[in-house]
Amino acid sequence: MGRKLLLEHAQVPGINTYEVYRKHGGYRSVEKALKSMTPDEVVEEVKKSGLRGRGGAGFPTGMKWSFLAKPEGVPRYLCCNADESEPGTFKDRYLMEKIPHLLIEGMITSSYALGANTSYIYIRGEYSWIVFILERAIAEAYANGWLGKNILGSGYDLDLYVNPGAGAYICGEETALIESLEGKRGNPRIKPPFPAVKGLWQSPTVVNNVETIAAVVPIINDGGEEYAKIGIGKSTGTKLISASGNINKPGVYEIEMSISVEEFIYSDEWCGGIKGGKRIKACVPGGSSVPILPHYLITKTAAGETRMMTYESLADGGFASGSMLGSGGFIVYDENQCIVRNTWTFSRFYAHESCGQCSPCREGTGWLEKVLNRLEHGQGKMSDIDLLADVAKKIEGNTICPLGDAAAWPVSAAIRHFREEFEWHVNERTACMERNYGLVSEPVAAV
Amino acid sequence: MPKVTIDGQTIEVAEGTTILNAARQAGGPSVPPAMCYYSSLKGSGGKCRTCLVKVTKGSEKDPRPMPKLVASCQTPVMDGMEVASISDPQVTTARASVTEFLLINHPLDCPICDQAGECHLQDLAFEHGKSSTRYEFERRTFEKIDIGPYIKLHMTRCIMCWRCVYLTQQLTPERVHGIIGRGDHAEISTYIERSVESEFSGNVIDVCPVGALTDRTFRFKSRVWFLNPMDAHRDCPTCSGRAVVWMYGDQIYRVTARKDKYGEVHEFICNTCRFDKKDKNDWTIEGARNIDRHSVISQGHYDESALTVR
Repeated sequence: MGRKLLLEHAQVPGINTYEVYRKHGGYRSVEKALKSMTPDEVVEEVKKSGLRGRGGAGFPTGMKWSFLAKPEGVPRYLCCNADESEPGTFKDRYLMEKIPHLLIEGMITSSYALGANTSYIYIRGEYSWIVFILERAIAEAYANGWLGKNILGSGYDLDLYVNPGAGAYICGEETALIESLEGKRGNPRIKPPFPAVKGLWQSPTVVNNVETIAAVVPIINDGGEEYAKIGIGKSTGTKLISASGNINKPGVYEIEMSISVEEFIYSDEWCGGIKGGKRIKACVPGGSSVPILPHYLITKTAAGETRMMTYESLADGGFASGSMLGSGGFIVYDENQCIVRNTWTFSRFYAHESCGQCSPCREGTGWLEKVLNRLEHGQGKMSDIDLLADVAKKIEGNTICPLGDAAAWPVSAAIRHFREEFEWHVNERTACMERNYGLVSEPVAAV
Repeated sequence: MPKVTIDGQTIEVAEGTTILNAARQAGGPSVPPAMCYYSSLKGSGGKCRTCLVKVTKGSEKDPRPMPKLVASCQTPVMDGMEVASISDPQVTTARASVTEFLLINHPLDCPICDQAGECHLQDLAFEHGKSSTRYEFERRTFEKIDIGPYIKLHMTRCIMCWRCVYLTQQLTPERVHGIIGRGDHAEISTYIERSVESEFSGNVIDVCPVGALTDRTFRFKSRVWFLNPMDAHRDCPTCSGRAVVWMYGDQIYRVTARKDKYGEVHEFICNTCRFDKKDKNDWTIEGARNIDRHSVISQGHYDESALTVR
């Protein structure tokens, strides 16, 4: 049984209320930080923990915090990115619904570390009910003296606000989030300058994912070194995984980053195996934008090593034979699923969510969607497959923000690993509408 | 002052100059095309991605190359920076693909478009485009709308450069139009087709790189290359009164602001000068204006080798 640092008390009745949360050791990290630590010591502790951003990119949080510019007389801001919109990812929703105070506590400790006196939780518009959950928790925190002026007599002031967006995937990109918070259209900014220098209202700003901020709580409570003992190498601590697809037990799991992918999929403690005893066909380990893995690359890397649930192991082999841990949106496909249809579904999402600011993403995502639509419905041509790969390649790396890459990667990866299934869709125009292809064959070189 | 090398050509520029502006100062074929950047509009640029360049050496201090192609209109030069523009196939490929992306939803109705002959997209397609398309789907279309008595918005031709949005935000007292929607279905619009009413609104026609915003007093009157552009001025209480009048014989067909080599206006003119003063006696004609960049007007702009159809 793995250790749980974030979801330990998630099932305790009434944990969403202040009294119960406090009884289970809540707000200890705020006491510890404000009474016995300087802000720099908190940052140092987070650095020691090796915590990496849980939103998808996996950038070391301590390092991100230390980049924050600190000019005299300019306010600094902490924004929590709760715009969880990646298809297949629902961990932040679970955390905020169940234990909202954990996020509030993390926000206070992190804001103290960064010297922010005003902080924001930017939440996606579709999570409308969670806004009320969080606002109630914030009101309780204010009433008990954890927010407001002179918290715990330390002289530190903090105001915390929840700000719902209008429902846009793009607002999960940190500069688009900042624009949206400022009341503008959620378009990503051109970087540099980075938010650490000029962010919200042109002031230094840190944007962190919900889970990242929640993880600061156990790090301060138990110490960064203790946290770093969990996991393998540079993948320290625990990670929330949103498991979905054709598995027996879909849901949100907190795992130590030292278990193998095989264990995660087949162990009864986690996903409990493939539903109906079918064979696994493919897996998207980190949310819709990361490359899809075919059945022969899921539990083993191309080099034949056991694939682990860590940042490094999932990325092993680069994009040729690996993927990414991303945001932890773990989607499993059994042998009856159609990869072309799945790729089309993802593309439709990105075409709908592209902000339309820069040309490659605006026009390219729509183009990908149209070609995939044609292929899926038995109207495709053999040349479409290369066209897709080419268009995806031309979007990738040429856009303002990573949405272009996120739209291109799943298409490129699907064609890389499932080309024969795409070809079958072109050759078997009627059959592809009636049944699915099944497993793709394993390339000889990969054995 | 930082020194930057673009395609092997070294130039010294002022601190904070962008790569694009440094290239413009150096001149020549290495100047990246720019569909959205407009030097007099704050915040413009970075969107169209046609000006992508490769930074092969970051600076003297930090010689590491930049990992991705960068938008030259947004990236300031560093001392010792080395940049590849047309000398690198990765850059020309990226530009060709951006051109392709810009054209897939463009109606290609140049034969009936008033912008033809002075259109930046025509230039871009000529330099970086192909003669055929791989796009086989219905193109995005919109209804044409009149935004006020003088301006026609033909959204189907728009490439979403945002110049007109920045212009109205920066030149006129209130925000009159903006972007509605997202992705390839986003459109420039005034809210519920309200007209754009401002003494300087006509300048959106000049900043538009394509034929999405056209002059209703000039639409379908003449092809631009049949007209003689003349520098002219008049005493105007609102603007500088310095403009270009486009004449056929003694008749003024249209009035525009003065554009520089890169199609940019630095002195915006008012609507009275632009739309109402079409009598020769309104203006003091200074003499013929040399328009030196645009394809059809400036005969011989392209050398023979570039004229081979690809």
